[in-house]
Amino acid sequence: MPLLDVDNLTIQIPTEAGLLNAVNGVSFTLERGETLAIVGESGSGKSLTSLALMDLLPSRAVRKARSMRFDGIDLMAVGQRKMEDLRGDRMAMIFQEPMTSLNPAYTVGDQLIEALRRHRPVSRAVARERAVHLLERVGITAAASRLGQYPHQLSGGLRQRVMIAMGLMCEPDLIIADEPTTALDVTIQAQILMLLRDIQREFGMGLILVTHDLGVVARVATKVAVMYAGRLVETGPVEAVFGAPSHPYTQGLLRAIPVPGRTRPGEPLGTIPGQVPNLIGPLAGCAFRNRCEHATDACAAAIPERDLGPGHRMACVLDPVATAA
Amino acid sequence: MTVPVLELENVTKIYPVSQGMFKPRAMLTAVGGVSLSVARGEVHALVGESGSGKSTLAKMLLGLTKPTAGEIRIDGVPIAKTDRREVARRIQPVFQDPYSSLNPRKSVADLIALPLVAHRIGTSESRQKMVAAMLDAVGLPRRMIDAYPGQMSGGQRQRVAIARALVMKPDVLICDEPTSALDVSVQAQILNLLMDLKREFKLTYFFISHNLAVVEHLADRVAVMYLGRIVEERGREALFTHASHPYSRALLDCVLTPDPTLGMPDTVIAGSFPNPIAPPPGCAFHPRCPRATDRCHSVAPGPVPVADGVAACHYAN
Amino acid sequence: MSTTSASGAAATAAAGFDSVPVRRSPLARFTKRAARHPGFMAGAFILAVILVMSIGAPLFTTHDPYAQDISKRLIPPIWHAKGTWEHWLGTDKLGRDYFARLLYGGRISLMIGAATVLLSGAIGTALGVAAGFFGGRVDMVIGYIINVRLALPVVLVALAVAALVGTSLNTVIVVLGLLLWDRFAVVARSTTQQIAHADFVAAARAIGCSTRLIVFSEVLPNIINPLIVVATLEMAHAILLEAALSFLGLGVQPPLPSWGLMISEGKQYMFFSPWVITIPGVALVALVLGINLLGDGLRDVTAPDNRS
Repeated sequence: MPLLDVDNLTIQIPTEAGLLNAVNGVSFTLERGETLAIVGESGSGKSLTSLALMDLLPSRAVRKARSMRFDGIDLMAVGQRKMEDLRGDRMAMIFQEPMTSLNPAYTVGDQLIEALRRHRPVSRAVARERAVHLLERVGITAAASRLGQYPHQLSGGLRQRVMIAMGLMCEPDLIIADEPTTALDVTIQAQILMLLRDIQREFGMGLILVTHDLGVVARVATKVAVMYAGRLVETGPVEAVFGAPSHPYTQGLLRAIPVPGRTRPGEPLGTIPGQVPNLIGPLAGCAFRNRCEHATDACAAAIPERDLGPGHRMACVLDPVATAA
Repeated sequence: MTVPVLELENVTKIYPVSQGMFKPRAMLTAVGGVSLSVARGEVHALVGESGSGKSTLAKMLLGLTKPTAGEIRIDGVPIAKTDRREVARRIQPVFQDPYSSLNPRKSVADLIALPLVAHRIGTSESRQKMVAAMLDAVGLPRRMIDAYPGQMSGGQRQRVAIARALVMKPDVLICDEPTSALDVSVQAQILNLLMDLKREFKLTYFFISHNLAVVEHLADRVAVMYLGRIVEERGREALFTHASHPYSRALLDCVLTPDPTLGMPDTVIAGSFPNPIAPPPGCAFHPRCPRATDRCHSVAPGPVPVADGVAACHYAN
Repeated sequence: MSTTSASGAAATAAAGFDSVPVRRSPLARFTKRAARHPGFMAGAFILAVILVMSIGAPLFTTHDPYAQDISKRLIPPIWHAKGTWEHWLGTDKLGRDYFARLLYGGRISLMIGAATVLLSGAIGTALGVAAGFFGGRVDMVIGYIINVRLALPVVLVALAVAALVGTSLNTVIVVLGLLLWDRFAVVARSTTQQIAHADFVAAARAIGCSTRLIVFSEVLPNIINPLIVVATLEMAHAILLEAALSFLGLGVQPPLPSWGLMISEGKQYMFFSPWVITIPGVALVALVLGINLLGDGLRDVTAPDNRS
């Protein structure tokens, strides 16, 4: 049984202009010890997908799914209370901006201790000991003295480490990290990513990494799910997707980033012409077809999902051979 | 020898920082003795992390704040002795976040025409023509002339910001992280556009970025800044093949190319940015440097000539 | 953030791939949103009715609001058994047509409200923008002036001034205008502080815009919405204060038909002829309610879209 099994997740948001189909039929699975990167540009629905797993969507958003199971628990059926018990205990979330997700009115220690005591009947002393242990584990020096500090007294990198330590307090089975390093400097980003990878291996958790950074995906993830306009366009093991990117959108993304040693300095980068479609109202066929150089009439019809290799799939009418240019 | 279009000599900016009611004010050296020269037609990149002083340097170049010491020269003329409007005519900014750098209350036409209005250039009709020409140059459809920023995508807004910067036909564009707020595919479009415009308008770019992959792609020369000082200044090729300063090398190690066979780098420099109010003695980088010796703890290194540039490290060679 | 571009495109009503922005100015958006706001529409309607009736008073009544006719004192309104169509809202103690006095009195209320807000808005906005934009010492000094003003009890100061320099319509306007600018200043200051640090202000500076151009073309358009909301609330405030001052005999002087004065003049007759108080009272409540509904509505309608 996979740790997480999402089948046909759909998120709709009513807006002034009509119904926004933010996420459309997204399915994936995650095993313990795996790192799944959900990658996409703004508006792709990647963050909403991760919020939907934790039942943290904005209240007006409507979440539907054929099934969504976490370790056998049907997440679509559990009540509010049970979800609150799961959140922070067996499923933890790390946000992009730790300053806004840490409470400025409480010390780091209080927040860490509370994170454990909310779910476990342990004494403050035990919880405190674990907090110190985890702060040390995430690479914070003089951990005991940090417990008395407030979030604003810490640097961005330290706050993100505290967030990670807080997520680990209850030894969760699943960690969802939404752009955990986007707000950080490159050297700190590398430190945090290594930390996440090491901890995930050590605790054998499932890790979902939501990001727009293809470099981060390639270096940290074991599986990738590429999202475009609320749909999954390509999924697979990271080596397969980066080694033989097959969906025209995935290919376009990889051609658009400069890579030292691969792209020639000063040469034009590959671009994807056009814009993301408006997701308000129904949208039949492939959402990428208005920007795709391979688009044909068939793209307006239902799009088949093709198997390209073990676990490697894409949603495109083209033969994989034809796109592998 | 031709005069560099932009020259910085020993530029320093010190801010007094209040540390609370009863403590004396501390002095924060945001930029400490930066000397650079940017040749016409060049893309000169400035790389550094937050707090390195690169934004303060950009502000001084744009005349938004005055250096505490040192001199900035355009074509050999100090900007302190030049009219602010004249400086603005020569140097124009492109900011990081096109969501906040455009006034949401103005239409595209008004946004792009603002420099013309500020400098009282042309009539409203001739301005309209110049705006339309700029729209063409940055690849925006002319029908967008009446659109408002709220109706545009990030890439379109950044194009408007670039058009606004170019409408005065400046010599130098100060690009402060111009693509870091944009999506990957849009970033590529804007970078390509910047390269095209550079050729078309014979521009010089001072390009501030933390993304070394982008810098490698378009810079001719690169300056690496750490804690208010330039630690290395090299030609692109030299920096990316054999960086001399340990900090430059650490930054290069952190460039995550999309290659799944590489995994995370084995060694990443530890620690984080020191407190700029109380910088470490000697070489400011020594607490994080894997090669630091006793000498680095006490003596601040000066710039040492290395192949195609300089590096401020005792062990640069 | 994940729906940024989708909500950016939300301005286009068309579904699918056509995400070219529709040319819709902020004004067009404003009208569309305003039309859907019941409070705003109700307020606008009430205000529009009062505005049209007052300004166009001669079109709605042939009576002269000053013409006295002692033989027709205290005629009750039409719903009363003794009412006549001649004076359908009755007459006052001097036999003046109450409907005519109400209409012309509305002019006074609106005029006082508008003039006071123009004066206090100009003072408050200038001070607030200066404090927020320049900061530092300027901010300190203006902050001090705001605090001094907040320490003054408005009604008492107005009464004292009226007692000293005498009462007249102009005095009321000047006194209220000089006293009611504090909320403008506070709101203008805080909104300007936010705008002053926006990148587009830095961009304008780097472009070479003068401070004057930056204030008028970059800052003011971005703080005008909250100021308009303050203006409506202050207008209601000023109208009520005028009524109160007139009621106390220190505001508008007879024979001018101010609503506050009408209530004041009617108070001796209220037990036998209650309409002399209820009619201007209801008019006053309606006007203030209309303005406040409009102000609240404006705040909602002009609030920025929440992105995401």
